[in-house]
Amino acid sequence: MTDHQHSTDRHPAEHAHPKGKEYLAIAVVLTVITAVEVAVFYIPAMHPVLVPVLLTLSTLKFALVAMFYMHLKFDHRLFSWLFVLPISLAVLVIIALMKLFGVF
Amino acid sequence: MAVAAAVHPAPHEEHPTSTGLSSRKMLFWAFLGSECMFFGSLIATYLVYRGRDTVGPHPHEVLNIPFTSFSAFVLLMSSLTMVLALAACQHGDRRGTAGWLAATALLGMTFVGGQCYEFTHFFYDGLKLQGNLFGCTFYVLTGFHGTHVTIGVIWLWTLFTLAIRGKLPQEKSLDVEIAGLYWHFVDVVWIAIFTLIYLIQ
Repeated sequence: MTDHQHSTDRHPAEHAHPKGKEYLAIAVVLTVITAVEVAVFYIPAMHPVLVPVLLTLSTLKFALVAMFYMHLKFDHRLFSWLFVLPISLAVLVIIALMKLFGVF
Repeated sequence: MAVAAAVHPAPHEEHPTSTGLSSRKMLFWAFLGSECMFFGSLIATYLVYRGRDTVGPHPHEVLNIPFTSFSAFVLLMSSLTMVLALAACQHGDRRGTAGWLAATALLGMTFVGGQCYEFTHFFYDGLKLQGNLFGCTFYVLTGFHGTHVTIGVIWLWTLFTLAIRGKLPQEKSLDVEIAGLYWHFVDVVWIAIFTLIYLIQ
């Protein structure tokens, strides 16, 4: 096995992945956000702003998992584009269909 | 040497690539992109038909938020154990790799078990695949997600078997990384489903 085949070698545009403590910190943040989401669902005073608050929180969770656990923050930017572009297209399709069917 | 410096081979690749990135990883990200469109279409179908039922049961009559919140927590924690399995494999920690892979698979099985319990409960509450629009779109969306989790669990146990046999060394950490990408993807899909279907009723 040559040196450049070693698993620790990375593409110049890639950075080292986080350590265990950082992964644990992200898990704590994700758990707290999930708890806040459920709390918001049960608090009647929050119902007028339920949809924007929940969408914001879930987008934050999605981004944290994609950036830190899927390593998009550290890997080559091409991987991010391969993921972000289809997601954007899927969101546009969802919005277009909802508009087309008179949901809003 | 000059050629090797100009085209940096990606880890575990038998041949150098024009981008210097792993072809397998690139292909898998493209696959996940197609999966985004797949789940996007199922979520769109659910949202378009939501609230158009003339007969019940309706979402607020059957959905159990505390139970599903626990399932969402279990899947989130499985993402943590998955990324720890990758870190262990990248550091050549064979026992750690096997242990974290087993933990991830067990958490995945807990999630799938919870979904089976939930589906059974819903069925006896009168929510059927062909009963109304909610039943049809809900079962198809969450059922496809559950199928993805099940495939992931099988994949994880396969990697676990390789790890305990010593066939998953540090040089093959890309195998764990790609399985991890799939696993985190089913987690982020559940983040969207949990919010759009369960919490925003």
